[in-house]
Amino acid sequence: MNPRIANKIAHGVIYTLVAIVIIILIFLISYILVNGLPYVTPHFLSAPSQVMNAGGGIRDQLFNSIYLLILTLIISFPIALGAGIYLSEYGSGKISGLIRTTIEVLSSLPSIIVGLFVYLLFVIRFHIGFSILSGAVALTFFNLPILTRNIEDSFQSVPNLQREAGISLGLSHWKTITGVIFPEAIPGIITGIILSSGRVFGEAAALIYTSGQSAPVVNYADWNPFDAASFLNPMRPAETLAVHIWKLNTEGLVPDAKQISSGSSAILILVILIFNISAHFLGNYLYRHITSSSK
Amino acid sequence: MDDIKRKLLKPSKETHQESIGRTICYICTTLIVLMVILILYFIIARGLATFTVNHVNLWDFLSKSNWAPTQVDAHGKPEIGALPMIVTSFSVTILAALVATPFAIAAAIFMVVLAPKRGKKILQTVVELLVGIPSVVYGFIGLMVVVPIIRHIWGGTGFGILSGTLVLFVMILPTITSLTVDSLEAVPRYLLDASLSLGATSWQTIYKVMLRSATPGILTAIIFGMARAFGEALAVQMVIGNAAIMPKNLLTPSATLTSQLTTEIGNTISGTLPNNALWSLGLILLLMSLVFNIAVKLIGKKGMINNESKNR
Repeated sequence: MNPRIANKIAHGVIYTLVAIVIIILIFLISYILVNGLPYVTPHFLSAPSQVMNAGGGIRDQLFNSIYLLILTLIISFPIALGAGIYLSEYGSGKISGLIRTTIEVLSSLPSIIVGLFVYLLFVIRFHIGFSILSGAVALTFFNLPILTRNIEDSFQSVPNLQREAGISLGLSHWKTITGVIFPEAIPGIITGIILSSGRVFGEAAALIYTSGQSAPVVNYADWNPFDAASFLNPMRPAETLAVHIWKLNTEGLVPDAKQISSGSSAILILVILIFNISAHFLGNYLYRHITSSSK
Repeated sequence: MDDIKRKLLKPSKETHQESIGRTICYICTTLIVLMVILILYFIIARGLATFTVNHVNLWDFLSKSNWAPTQVDAHGKPEIGALPMIVTSFSVTILAALVATPFAIAAAIFMVVLAPKRGKKILQTVVELLVGIPSVVYGFIGLMVVVPIIRHIWGGTGFGILSGTLVLFVMILPTITSLTVDSLEAVPRYLLDASLSLGATSWQTIYKVMLRSATPGILTAIIFGMARAFGEALAVQMVIGNAAIMPKNLLTPSATLTSQLTTEIGNTISGTLPNNALWSLGLILLLMSLVFNIAVKLIGKKGMINNESKNR
């Protein structure tokens, strides 16, 4: 075939495929928003969900998702920070290579496997039961590899010159890390936290057997986390928004399951979009303010 | 004098902080490694119980196609043949990768070669948005859009491997695309310049130089995509139909390893054979994800050797 014609055909094919990909995305986003947003009313956001009747809301599910996300970050961030600092600043040679491989293995494990492991160990063996705590542990497993990798990258992107400067001033390695390198890595770390939060927020497979599939009525005026009815109690089962969508579509009994799922999907997508956009802007903003760079 | 001497000989406050900080980092890292070991140990131990405690024949488990863990066959052996789930899981994974790869490579070429400025920005956003959509939302759209369309065109229930493939295709597209972009960008500029200066068209350069040189990277990208497809649970579970029978074609309801685990593990009692059989399905999932990992490592090594010999 004439190379020039082949060239034209190939370009045509590539452009067509790319157009299809873009159309798919536009269809997905508009389908979710067009079908979902009409159901997002103040009532929908503030009413508890119903088991049998139409007209239920997603108040508890939405709160559970947020609470679970916060607990997960509280557990996973310190561990990821320590491991990230180790991999970037202390680790070297064979052992850190091995650890990196281990973290890669963790990140490639299917989330359902992680969920079932936590179910086996925490929910059954430790008798914790379906609870926010078990869910947060499952999400920690799921979140750790991403967060660790991100923190390691943020530390790595700080130029070596800074380390040398710190050491040559007579600071200890640790002081250099906490006083010089960490502040410069903060924008990258924050961006990473927000992006991983988006993933955690939409995760469901790891949660159906850990935080459970029921949203018991909780008392939002009870601020004692050790009280069984309190909304802050981490030992209560808690269905999240993503699990709610799944549950409604597989064994839901409410007549308006489709509408509720559409509305919940729209909320999920919107929250994740906000996460992504704010990660972008906050990262840039912090970078400018902390490092006084003109970039 | 003695006081100063003592002060000088003692480790300073900084040294203390250093060792404390270092220890904390070590502890965190060890914790992660321990967690991985725990997961591997528990899943493997539970998954093997079917064969060690319940004495199910491993070959029967892998090759028989009757899945009814609560029943026994004519010989009094429990009917746990996992072949239908294994076949379905591999079918959706391979088909989704086959469909997604051309799109991903086209999108990557578009971003790197054809429209590196505006096009890249647009597609980058597309990829990020696609990654961000949670899997239940993919499953929900699959249920609302893909399943009815397939039911309308081919009849039947609409649930099945084809629906699963179409949902997974969109889910793994961003994974394959972004990794392919990385590998195309890693192709040295001078190779492309050399090809173009010989009078090759842009397609000849892309096809004969760029894609060849980036093959290991593209393969890695496809494997990562397949790993994601293989382990995806809920989106597939919602559209596959969940019938643990041998799939006859792409349109009959069937069940993947993940979907079977998701739907059944809550209905079985821990320690019983039906429960152990499900953990064995989990073990297959775990082993496959390790296989994908090893494959990526091997390809990475091979790619490195090629690059080194080229550089010499």
